[in-house]
Amino acid sequence: MNPHPSFFFVVYPTDLNPNMTAHTPTSPALPPPDVRPTPANWVKQNLLTPWYNAAITVIVGGGFLWLAYGFLLWVFTQAQWQVIPANLAIFTAGRYPDESYWRLWVAVGIIVTLAGISWGVVARNVTLFSRNVLIGLGVAAVICFILPIPVVPWRSLVVFMLVLLAATAWIGQQLGKKVPKLGQYTTFAWLGSFFVYLWLISGNLGLEPVKTNEWGGVVLTVFMAVVSIAICFPFGVTLALGRQSDLPVVRLFSVLYIEIVRGIPLIAILFMGQVIIPLFLPEGMRPDRVLRAIVGLTLFSSAYLAENVRGGLQSIPKGQEEAAKALGLNSPLTVSLIVLPQAVKAVIPAVVGQFISLFQDTTLLSIVGLEELLGMSRSILANPSFIGRYSEVYLFVGLLYWIFCYAMSLGSRYVEKKLNTGH
Amino acid sequence: MRKWNSLFLSLLLMGSLAACATPPEPAADGEEGGAEGTESVASSSRLDTVKERGTLICGVDGGIPGFSFVDEAGDYSGLDVDICKAVAAAVLGDPEAVEYRRLDSTERFTALAGGEVDMLSRNTTWTISRDTSVGLEFAPTTFYDGQGMMVRADSGIESLEDFDGRSVCVEAGTTTELNLTDKMRKAGVDPEVKTFQQADPAYAAYDDELCDGFTSDKSQLIARRTTLSNPEDHVLLDVTMSKEPLGPVTINNDSTWFDVVKWVTFGLIEAEEFGITSENVEEMANSEDPNISRFLGGEGDLGEGIGLDNDFMVNVISAVGNYGEVYERNLGSESQFNLERGLNTLWTEGGLLYAPPFR
Repeated sequence: MNPHPSFFFVVYPTDLNPNMTAHTPTSPALPPPDVRPTPANWVKQNLLTPWYNAAITVIVGGGFLWLAYGFLLWVFTQAQWQVIPANLAIFTAGRYPDESYWRLWVAVGIIVTLAGISWGVVARNVTLFSRNVLIGLGVAAVICFILPIPVVPWRSLVVFMLVLLAATAWIGQQLGKKVPKLGQYTTFAWLGSFFVYLWLISGNLGLEPVKTNEWGGVVLTVFMAVVSIAICFPFGVTLALGRQSDLPVVRLFSVLYIEIVRGIPLIAILFMGQVIIPLFLPEGMRPDRVLRAIVGLTLFSSAYLAENVRGGLQSIPKGQEEAAKALGLNSPLTVSLIVLPQAVKAVIPAVVGQFISLFQDTTLLSIVGLEELLGMSRSILANPSFIGRYSEVYLFVGLLYWIFCYAMSLGSRYVEKKLNTGH
Repeated sequence: MRKWNSLFLSLLLMGSLAACATPPEPAADGEEGGAEGTESVASSSRLDTVKERGTLICGVDGGIPGFSFVDEAGDYSGLDVDICKAVAAAVLGDPEAVEYRRLDSTERFTALAGGEVDMLSRNTTWTISRDTSVGLEFAPTTFYDGQGMMVRADSGIESLEDFDGRSVCVEAGTTTELNLTDKMRKAGVDPEVKTFQQADPAYAAYDDELCDGFTSDKSQLIARRTTLSNPEDHVLLDVTMSKEPLGPVTINNDSTWFDVVKWVTFGLIEAEEFGITSENVEEMANSEDPNISRFLGGEGDLGEGIGLDNDFMVNVISAVGNYGEVYERNLGSESQFNLERGLNTLWTEGGLLYAPPFR
């Protein structure tokens, strides 16, 4: 089994179905194609013949080009982008105090180091800097130099992070060849590093404390999303198992919880957390608002996640469980070694979809007054120097959300491929 | 009793929230219930809570140009924000000892009733129902606004009557929208009203000539006009469609705390009348004039009466300046808006700002 760096998943035994070997049906050889499949031929065949296809191609292509031209014209001539560099720090970390900013960079540095090592470990048997990777790094570096961001600290630090990533990846690869268990260690390092980030961001224990009221922007968005995702996954799995349980009380509780939460809109749960709960509590007792938001997001997402996982559980044939029992495994072992790994593997796309939507749901917190990325943008747009720059700001914010969501999507595809030991 | 009331209120709010996913309505429930839900204990005032905590929690909007926004340095600023700073300077001696809590217009009163914030400084219009049945106390008005109408100069529209068959853009769910309907009905015309959920797209639609007029508070219209593609092509009609006295708000039945917020606000106005600014406040503290000396705590014990230091106004004025300075910095000649003082001048100059005597 290959150890792999996994953000969300415990490492499962992957080769569970030794009896299902791969079969590829053989078929008679096809005749050779008439034309060579060059791009030009493909275009000619699919887009330009017969004449009405050509007409459709011209109309649609023309329309598309016209839109693209208008958009690019706006981007390069009309848009006033200075609102982004001027407020870069606020987009990133909201009103986080300047003198503690280095702590965020240290946290990013740790993330990049761990990511580099994990990457190196994963790619320890292949060429690390393949052509595509080099192109990717090159493009990232070029973008860093093109973007009009302040050289100190932004540009220099971003370039440093890229170098760090490449360096740690190489180190990870070399180490990975010598220490076979490095993959598992990095998984634990990822889990353990969370507390380091928490310490770096919030302070205390020797660092100047920064109240959650001063967290904001991307930092707050990512923090809330990551913590909610990490908590809601085990919670959701437990609920899914509870719903399948033979114990009536457990089953009833799980069904009630899932159905009640799924019947309430998320915004209502968040409002309850931010506004209603304080009404019950005695004067002066105020749970942290970010904590309340995380609890709300977690409660909500775990109900949906439970239903996703239940779909996976139901797809596992009864025979698997019976075979496990026949081998003498008790119930917890059957569930944790046989049923769950297969069930979760089957629903990875749905679960990651749920995570992505949870990430995007954090934007609702701007309505209840948390200064996450979208909420912060609203405040920036109210700055008299930048009134009316909403197109630029929302485009930029949208791009940031897309980058994060696409990264999650890529991660899920990788995990899926890694765990694909079926047919 | 209080707990059960709150519970009932919350269930009601929860129910209505669950019933309709759009939140604007439930605020009404929150407002109604706020009065019953908050019979605060007379013995402990918010003032003691704030002093003990060491920070003032101030509810702001966080997204209104000139009133509250986050500047490039990452600090809140604006007229509403300066009022928070003034109160913090008076109570705690430090204008930066404020924790800003951003509040949506739908949750602001619930947050105040639940004690989430000590005070609101959030563009809240003083109305009788809010003052009585919602259970709020309104400190003196810090900005007299009124709803106006912006049109293109070449459109030929000169009064509301000219709007027959034309269209007006407005933000949805605000009193502005209701006032518009009322005024148009009174004028006997029936324009097409285009509502928008957010300010930015609404102004963009107006700029793209999708509607003939745009209605909002005059201060906002003037602020936004600077961002239209040709600001000089737009004029404000000479009509005021509603009165919008905006000011800080505290919760009912806590007169000690209300007095603090009220007199700090009056103090800003009185300082302008005395000609005390953030620059000359130190000299003025030694003034021969008994009125000024009393005001700045040189003699007498005005501060003690409301549970503050006698020189609390010195802290306030050195932190944010007098009302005139606050106005000019955020909305007037020192800001991008260059908004006329209008009604917001001292009574001695024909405005509405009038502070009762400090003695």
